[in-house]
Order: sequence, then structure tokens, then C-alpha cells
Amino acid sequence: MSATAAPSTAAPFSDAMLARFAREVAKYPPDQKQSAVMACLAIVQQERGWVSPDSERAVAAYLGMPAMAVHEVTTFYNMYNQQPVGRFKLNVCTNAPCMFAGGPQALEHLCETLGVQPGETTADGLFTVQGCECLGACGDAPVMLVNDRNMCSFMSNDKLDQLISGLRGAED
Amino acid sequence: MARVQDILAQFQAKGVESCFHGRHINPQIYAGLNGANWGLKDYEARGGYQALRKVLGQDGGPGMTQDEVIAELKASSLRGRGGAGFPTGLKWSFMPRNFPGQKYLVCNSDEGEPGTFKDRDILMHNPHAVIEGMAIAAYAMGASVGYNYIHGEIFRVYERFEAAIEQARESGYLGQGIMGSAFSFQLHGHHGYGAYICGEETALLESLEGKKGQPRFKPPFPASFGLYGKPTTINNTETFAAVPWIIRNGGDAYLQVGKPNNGGTKLYSVSGDVEYPGNFEVPMGTPFSKLLELAGGVRGGRKLKAVIPGGSSAPVVPAHIMMDCTMDYDSIAKAGSMLGSGAVIVMDETRCMVKSLLRLSYFYFEESCGQCTPCREGTGWLYRVVHRIESGKGRPEDLDLLDSVAGNIMGRTICALGDAAAMPVRGFLKHYRDEFMYHIEHKHCLVPEYL
Repeated sequence: MSATAAPSTAAPFSDAMLARFAREVAKYPPDQKQSAVMACLAIVQQERGWVSPDSERAVAAYLGMPAMAVHEVTTFYNMYNQQPVGRFKLNVCTNAPCMFAGGPQALEHLCETLGVQPGETTADGLFTVQGCECLGACGDAPVMLVNDRNMCSFMSNDKLDQLISGLRGAED
Repeated sequence: MARVQDILAQFQAKGVESCFHGRHINPQIYAGLNGANWGLKDYEARGGYQALRKVLGQDGGPGMTQDEVIAELKASSLRGRGGAGFPTGLKWSFMPRNFPGQKYLVCNSDEGEPGTFKDRDILMHNPHAVIEGMAIAAYAMGASVGYNYIHGEIFRVYERFEAAIEQARESGYLGQGIMGSAFSFQLHGHHGYGAYICGEETALLESLEGKKGQPRFKPPFPASFGLYGKPTTINNTETFAAVPWIIRNGGDAYLQVGKPNNGGTKLYSVSGDVEYPGNFEVPMGTPFSKLLELAGGVRGGRKLKAVIPGGSSAPVVPAHIMMDCTMDYDSIAKAGSMLGSGAVIVMDETRCMVKSLLRLSYFYFEESCGQCTPCREGTGWLYRVVHRIESGKGRPEDLDLLDSVAGNIMGRTICALGDAAAMPVRGFLKHYRDEFMYHIEHKHCLVPEYL
């Protein structure tokens, strides 16, 4: 996809991102490129922090599918950020098995420590904290997901404090 | 200055607590794992890929026909490990064998049923067992392309599986002309991104096609109209992982491990109020009391109150009934519940049943895909009515209302999510009606407030 072929609002992708897209597209039959939409959107989110309408249109152009069909995917699957979030998105599972093993308490501790309500982002833009549904790691409760890809297990209050102070001073 | 990835890595589970605790009984899938031996060479050293070699006649033997592989699976009495417990050999026999076009094989690793985390440990620590099982299945059904759809929240596991696929490709266990035979099979990983409904097989297919994961009407069943409209078979991760052992040792040997109609070992994910939550691989038919013992018993030595024996969708079973059960499809069904995915959620005497049901009802309300009115609206009703009971605003007629809403969801939706939302409500009401009544009358809980 060249920048001129796409609508003027579309966000162009770096060569590295395009190479990752291509690797995903290659998994599916040539006439089924749309199958790669979830992976492409996840790559966009990893690189840009969220999936903007511009990014949706650019992914649509790349995969040759309607922008609305991409938007349907972004809005259907919970992990896509439809707005910008903090540098670190912290999703704490509070579902029943985790509820019996300290999940809600971990969420509460994080919110108190960071001075936010669930769903909010800290004023410095570093952390977004929210409760979430089953991460598929109930035996590791309290368990949380950081930026969609990093599962943190057995998160006692002490470990939560270590994680927060570590991330505050960390470089990418 | 420390790097983000290094900090996050410190909090990553290593599998010691959930998988390498040494408290399995005659394990097949988790046998000999230590977290460092997930790779191809170690898998081969454990006897890995011998079953595929045998099937393809690359071990010096005559090989097996497609029918022979399916007959072996039927003899094993292996039943689908994803929740429905459908006989695997029978499912494989539904694939049109002489269909001339493309056929697909799909692995369902969208493990999001609250309480379940067994497939995560298979894919992370023994991924080649799934790859080998899928290759054998693909051979038996004549499918040349497969996908493994992996829960998006376990992204490291998805990356591990992709790495294992790469190893298998490089060693000729996947790809064109596997081990010099005429059989070819391409396998790819595909990740979800946060939708419980995609664990439903036709929603999963929609999602694989790059769409919203909304379930399809059945019939047509995937065996005739599946991925991209082509014949497709979908099995759970654990089901595929069980296949190499069955081929190596024979279906009869597998059946002998379990009990009649319930062959083999099963992975149970034990969570909630136990001393050592984790996965435990034990023979089918192991007493529940033994499983509870493996998990260290109820946390803090407290009394067992109830168990949800098969993932959050399964009806709750009171302690005295559960302690008499064995862990197999038939025994749990007799107790009025389901073995489901093998997720055993343990609740101790301090747990409030209203609050517990409230959390489960919120989950189904949140995850309903919105396609069918009874489920979309009904899950909201269930959540709101349980919520008002929990917050002291319940009315005496609410219990009948809950039962009526649940009854009006069940059997009236395209997929099983509606039933999955309704069954816990009916289960909790059946066994703990008194506790719900107490909440309504006294505006608070029967059990003392806990932390």
C-alpha cells in the first residue's frame, strides 16, 4: 500500500510494521486476507498504544476490506483500546475464581496506590487501571495483564508495589 | 535504568505452582515437564513424534490408514476436553473423506471459561504434543491446513506455540511431504483479543475469518460448512494433546487408564479456596476428594461449602454431594452438573452464594455477543436482579423472576452462551435458595462479612 493510494487521513505504517503484517497475511489463503485483521490491529496497538479511526482505515486499505468491517472487529474484541491509554495498561482479573483469591483486592490496592478509580488513567499518563474478565490464569490469582502481552502472576500487595515502582523508573 | 521487559519478566509465572508440582497421577500430557524442556529435541527424547512416524509408516512399519487412526480413537473412548465431552473418534468420522476440495483442522485454545487454565500449560510447556496430535488428526481427516486459535490474553503462550511450529517445520514434521511421505500439513497460530464467545466453535470460525465472533446457526455443522465454508473439524487443545499417547500405546490402553466411556487422563484446573491452586492431571474417575487433597485441601483448613466442577457455566454442587463424586463425565452429570472443561472452582464456608452468583452473572452479561435477544436482554436481567438482591433491595418474587428469565433464555439462542448464563442461576437457586431468601428478608448476607 502506498501512502498516496490510501485516503489522506490514513496513518502510514513503518516498514517494520508492514513486514509483521505480511507475516500474518501469509498464514491465510490469498483471497482471505481479512483473517489477518485481528493480528494487524494488535500490532498497531502494540506500536501506537491504541487503534485510532485513522489506523482502522489504513488497516482496511492494507487488507482490502471495508473500514466499517475493521471497526466492527475493534469494537467487538475487548482488548483493543479505542482511546489512548496510559503508558502501562494494567488489567486485573476480578472474575469469580480470582474473586476467591484476592483479585478484587489487588485492583483496589492498585487504585488506592495510584489514586484513580477503575478505568481511569493517572494524571502523569503512566498507568491505566481496570478490572477485566477471565485471563485464563485463575490458578495464578491475583493475576493481571500489562499492555496486553505480559501476564503478571501471584500479585500480592507487595509485588504490586514493586511492579509499580519498577515501571515508574523503567525505560522501554 | 531497568528496562520494562526485564521488570515485567520478574512477575511472569514459571509454571512451578500450576504444573511442575509433581502431584499428578500417572500423567501423560504433563509427564516429565520442567519448564525448560518444551522444545522439539526434548519432546523427541520423551517419545515425541513417534506416533506421527507410526501413522505415516516412517518407523519401518506399514503405517496406518485413515480408518485405522479413527478406529483407534474410537476404541480409546477419548471425549472432547473442551467442555461438551463429545466422542473424538466419532467427530473425526463426520468429516467427508472423499470431498475433493480444501478441508481444515482447527484447534480451539481460546481458553476463557472462568476457572480454566489447563491448555495454557500444555501450549507453554508441551506445545509439540498439540502439533503432533493435530498432524495425526489432519492425516486421518485429509485436512492439509490447520489453525490453532489461542486466547489473546495469553500472548506469551501464543508466541511459544509459534516458535514450536517453526521448530516442527524446520525438522520436517510440518509442511510439504512430512518425513518423506505423501502427506502435507501446514499449521498456523491465530490469536484472539478478548471475547469469551470465541470459545464457541462457530464464533471461533467467524473470528478466524476476521469478523466479529458471533456464532452461526447449526446446521450446517462445521464438518460440512466450516472455515471459509469448507469442511472443518474443531477440537480442544487437550484433546489433540492426548492423541499421540493413544496412537503410541493403543486405544484400549487409554481406555484402561480411565473408566468405561471415560477414557484416559484428564487435566483439572483447580482454583478458588484451596491451598495450592493449579493443574492436576489424573485418570478419569479419580475421586473428587483425592483431587482436593492434591490441591492441598481447602485453604486455611476451612470447611468446604461448594464446588463448581466444570467451569463457571456448570451448576454449583454442594460439598456433601461433591465429596461423593468421582471426576468423570458420568459421575458429575449424575450430581446434576457438568464436567465441562475440568475447571474445578472451590468455595469455602465463608463464601456468600449471592455475591458469587452476582460475579458470574455479570460475566455473562458482559460477554453476551448481542446476537440473540433472549441472551442479550436476559443476561442483563439476571445480573440486575441478582445485583438488587445482593445490595439489599431484593423482593420475595425475585427468585421466581430469576427462574423464569433463566428458563426463557435456555434453548432459545443460537449458541450455548445463553444456557451457560442460565445454568449457574438455576444451580445456585436450587441448592442455596435459603441463602437468597435470607438476603432478601434481612438485606444482608447469611455468612459473615469477609475480607
